Amino acid sequence: MKRLLKYLKEYRRESILAPLFKMLEASFELFVPLVMAQIIDVGIRDQNGSYIVKMGGLLLLLAAIGLTCSLTAQYFAAKSAVGVSTALRRDLFKHIGMLSYSEQDTMGTATLITRMTSDINQVQSGLNLALRLLLRSPFIVFGAMVMAFTVNVKAALVFVVAIPALSVVVFGIMLVSMPLYKKVQRQLDSVTRSTRENLTGVRVIRAFNRQEDEIKNFDQENSQLVDMQIFVGKISAMMNPVTYVIINGATIVIVWIAGKQVNQGIITQGQTVALVNYMSQILVELIKMANLIVSISKALACANRVNKVFDTESSIKEVPNAKTADSAKSEANPVDAVVFNHVDFAYKNAKEDSLTDINLTVKRGQTIGVIGGTGSGKSSLVNLIPRFYDVRQGSVSIDGVDVREYALKDLRNRIGVVPQKAVLFEGTLRENMRWGKKDATDEEIYRALDIAQAREFVDGKGKDLDLFIEQNGRNLSGGQRQRLTIARALVRNPEILIMDDSASALDFATDAKLRHAIRENTDGMTVFIVSQRATTIKNADQIVVLDDGKMAGCGTHAELLESCEIYKEICLSQLSKEEVK
Amino acid sequence: MAKQKIDFGKHKSTLKRILNYIGIYKWLVLLSLVLAGVTVATTLYAPILIGNGVDLIVGQDQVDFAGLFVILRKVAIVICITAGAQWLMNHINNKITFQVVKDIRTKAFNHLEELPLSYLDSHQDGDIISRIIADIDQFSDGLLMGFTQLFTGVLTILGTLGFMLIVNPVITLVVVLVTPLSLFVASFIAKKTFSMFKLQSQTRGEITSLVNEMIGNEKVVQAFGYEDEAQKRFEEINSRLQKCSLRAIFFSSITNPSTRFVNSMVYASVGVVGAFAAIRGMLSVGQLSIFLSYANQYTKPFNEISGVVTELQNALACAARVLELIDEPAFKAEDADAVTLDHVDGSVTLDHVKFSYVPEVPLIEDLNLDVKPGQRIALVGPTGCGKTTIINLLMRFYDVNDGSIKVSGTDIRYATRKSLRASYGMVLQETWLKSGTIRENICYGKPDATEEEMINAAKSAHAHSFIKRMPQGYDTVISEDGGNLSQGQKQLLCIARVMLCLPPMLILDEATSSIDTMTEIRIQKAFATMMQGRTSFIVAHRLSTIREADVILVMKDGHIIEQGNHESLLARNGFYATLYNSQFAN
Repeated sequence: MKRLLKYLKEYRRESILAPLFKMLEASFELFVPLVMAQIIDVGIRDQNGSYIVKMGGLLLLLAAIGLTCSLTAQYFAAKSAVGVSTALRRDLFKHIGMLSYSEQDTMGTATLITRMTSDINQVQSGLNLALRLLLRSPFIVFGAMVMAFTVNVKAALVFVVAIPALSVVVFGIMLVSMPLYKKVQRQLDSVTRSTRENLTGVRVIRAFNRQEDEIKNFDQENSQLVDMQIFVGKISAMMNPVTYVIINGATIVIVWIAGKQVNQGIITQGQTVALVNYMSQILVELIKMANLIVSISKALACANRVNKVFDTESSIKEVPNAKTADSAKSEANPVDAVVFNHVDFAYKNAKEDSLTDINLTVKRGQTIGVIGGTGSGKSSLVNLIPRFYDVRQGSVSIDGVDVREYALKDLRNRIGVVPQKAVLFEGTLRENMRWGKKDATDEEIYRALDIAQAREFVDGKGKDLDLFIEQNGRNLSGGQRQRLTIARALVRNPEILIMDDSASALDFATDAKLRHAIRENTDGMTVFIVSQRATTIKNADQIVVLDDGKMAGCGTHAELLESCEIYKEICLSQLSKEEVK
Repeated sequence: MAKQKIDFGKHKSTLKRILNYIGIYKWLVLLSLVLAGVTVATTLYAPILIGNGVDLIVGQDQVDFAGLFVILRKVAIVICITAGAQWLMNHINNKITFQVVKDIRTKAFNHLEELPLSYLDSHQDGDIISRIIADIDQFSDGLLMGFTQLFTGVLTILGTLGFMLIVNPVITLVVVLVTPLSLFVASFIAKKTFSMFKLQSQTRGEITSLVNEMIGNEKVVQAFGYEDEAQKRFEEINSRLQKCSLRAIFFSSITNPSTRFVNSMVYASVGVVGAFAAIRGMLSVGQLSIFLSYANQYTKPFNEISGVVTELQNALACAARVLELIDEPAFKAEDADAVTLDHVDGSVTLDHVKFSYVPEVPLIEDLNLDVKPGQRIALVGPTGCGKTTIINLLMRFYDVNDGSIKVSGTDIRYATRKSLRASYGMVLQETWLKSGTIRENICYGKPDATEEEMINAAKSAHAHSFIKRMPQGYDTVISEDGGNLSQGQKQLLCIARVMLCLPPMLILDEATSSIDTMTEIRIQKAFATMMQGRTSFIVAHRLSTIREADVILVMKDGHIIEQGNHESLLARNGFYATLYNSQFAN
């Protein structure tokens, strides 16, 4: 809410003028019954034709002015609402860009996308509606009452009773039915769950012959839903009849009182008609107001969800006076590129550590293989190097400096990451390759494509670097995508290259050629290769074997075959006897 | 044109069938229609009475209180009738709608239980769920709106016209002539703003797609330091969206004030023309006030009806999707003289079995297998080779195309599905558990099991110890996807579930996914306990299981390419030997 007001401030003029003009329009609307009363009392009684035409003209004039005011109000409201949502969207996008992996994991990208798109759209339309109508409806309700008072105090007292009575009914019914609707929604959710369960578990259900019970169960859920729906419906169905009774009951009283007043010569027949008209104006506005409140509370809920994202701060923060790569290098130990020192790591909200006491020293230019079963912590390990996550205990350092002391941008600039999921973006191949290095020349790109074994198929497509890549790289095969993501990381010629199980879709021969090319062409590059395949990491300078987050072994292939039981098991299950040796 | 006709025809048959569903409640529907008529008539009658009342209030000392009292009393009665009828009508409409929806939903769900697996396997769960939930919901909204608004709307328009004509034809003409103007204005603006809305939704699509791409892959964006670049691209689209949104929203928001303006014009014209008529004595002041209130009411149903029509079309489309599901042929009904398999000895014979999911892709062409009671059959082969197909056939989730499968000498097509499936205990790799308590899940196959039986089953499945450690023990509620249990624990519960019934034959699917070593050992032990003395079909990944099997079926690309025991297959030196040497040899 507070944040929304901050954004509204930028559109202060529009946000004030919109409701103002809307109220102006409403006040013109309030004059209409009075003019009509004049037509009846003066025009008809005195048989004054020209007066009637004049008043008719006045009615049209009022309508025209009302239209102008209303259009002005609509414009300002739209401008303010659209402006606020645009700014909100811009800032939210930026904010999400700053959230670390950890926050992204806990919130989930799907949620973030919904907040970014449909939630903000809801806020926009809610705001637009609020600016236009939030003041108008109450204004007309009270305006009608005030106008009634100017006509006749005694008759107007009916309004004083009717309006609160109407409000109680309208808002009371809403207040009662809203939570019930939520309950209905929850029941619908459980009907959905029942259905989904029966689809996913169809084999088990049939194997155990439980179809009839499932049908009974569903029937119960379904009946409960219907009972609830009918119950809520019964309450909501009261809205129209009850308000109808109040309004028309009030009208009866007004006509009766007005009759007495007219008889005493205090008011006229035309004014009686005006009073009746005011009464009917009220109902329309009250119902509008009730609907408005529903929409606005929905929009507020969306605004709150958006706000939650804003309130989430990145857990990865730069230290003040963060080191740049160069300043770090001058004081660095030139030999040890990456060092893990007693690292413990746990994902947010996880009960147990994903990595425990990892110690590893990697010399510059070495190739490190990381192997282990699914969930053994391979990805977690390499994700700590570019500081996608922070360690819980211990430290990871590059060139002898703790990664937490670097400026994030600088740190990540030195590292080329090939993620597990081969993600490419809509655009040309050149644009995709330049993700790694903004100003990469075609030559640099081709070199990277060569190393990544992607040159051949790129040439085969005949579009060179202008090859258009569809969203998510749909128009490429899995292996092609993987090779391009590898090339993308190589374009920047990083000091450290991390390949997170990123050759899984390549056949063994291409995989071997790729590793060979990387070794040949990347002088001094430190390479981390995560893999489930023993062949991929067999020739690495050091192999890290992970088991359930712990280091089960570290060494060369030959050393590990001797010393590490788990490594031996993995190799034997994948390679033939000859290959193992 | 032709296409439209077809669509219409399709809708027509849908409509007919929906009417059949509604027909069950025809007395309620009739009552609802009668009440709608009453409501509309009395609603329109009230302003006339009030107008008549106003006519009795002419001026000072010219008020006929006796007459006024009679009229106002009449108004009061009319109001009460209206309110009562309206409430009852709304309630009945609700009831009809939700009952019809319930009937259809129940029917759809019941049908689900009778659909062959070939249908369920080839359709996405999400699609079927959306038919049973979202589509039916949408349909109920449309139905309710149709009931409440379409009928009363049309009646109101006709009624208003009728009443107005009775009171004064000339002014009625004015109203009838001017009101279409507001409809015209509304449709004119809608047409004009259509292109703006199209542009807006296009731009929105652009921004959504960028958001999907960038935020969906935020990790990659951050890994490459692409945040600023992404922000730049985003802001470019965002500012375009701002411009076209403003235009679309503003121009579309003109509709309301404009139609209101036209209504004001109607109001003014009625006022002026009516006043002149009054001067000439053709109309009383009270009648003028009737017209004024009618003029306000008259346009409303037009807007409502146009809304209802789109809603109804939508509802019909949704209904058609649901009916499509209901129309899907169910699996073949059982013969009346189907045999109940009891005293199953555990012998299974596959005799020249031929099967394929789609006729063009032959899968199993001639499978012969004679399983003696208590034998273990291991299904071996790379992932996706069709091991589950065998399970599908044994459990008769699918029927063989040719040949036969016999259990204890009875062709399973002539046995009841119920008794066949009750003869097998099945533990699949996808561990499906029902949302509910652990107790309910273990007793799934035998709901009337005693506490002792259940605990014994859990104990022999090595699940008792971890269940006891759960906060509410056996009454711990498992969420839908079993989120609060580990994969291994879920597997143990599935085993306990089978343990409780312990049928004479087993179908087991060894897990490939990583399960921690302790649980893995427990699962192995539990499997071993279960298999004792039972005919077992095992989708096997572990060397020990395969070695101990009496028959190994080696599968590749859906075909059974080799068959025999471990020694004979190794001796043959074929695919199995290669597989064995590459994966398991040491």
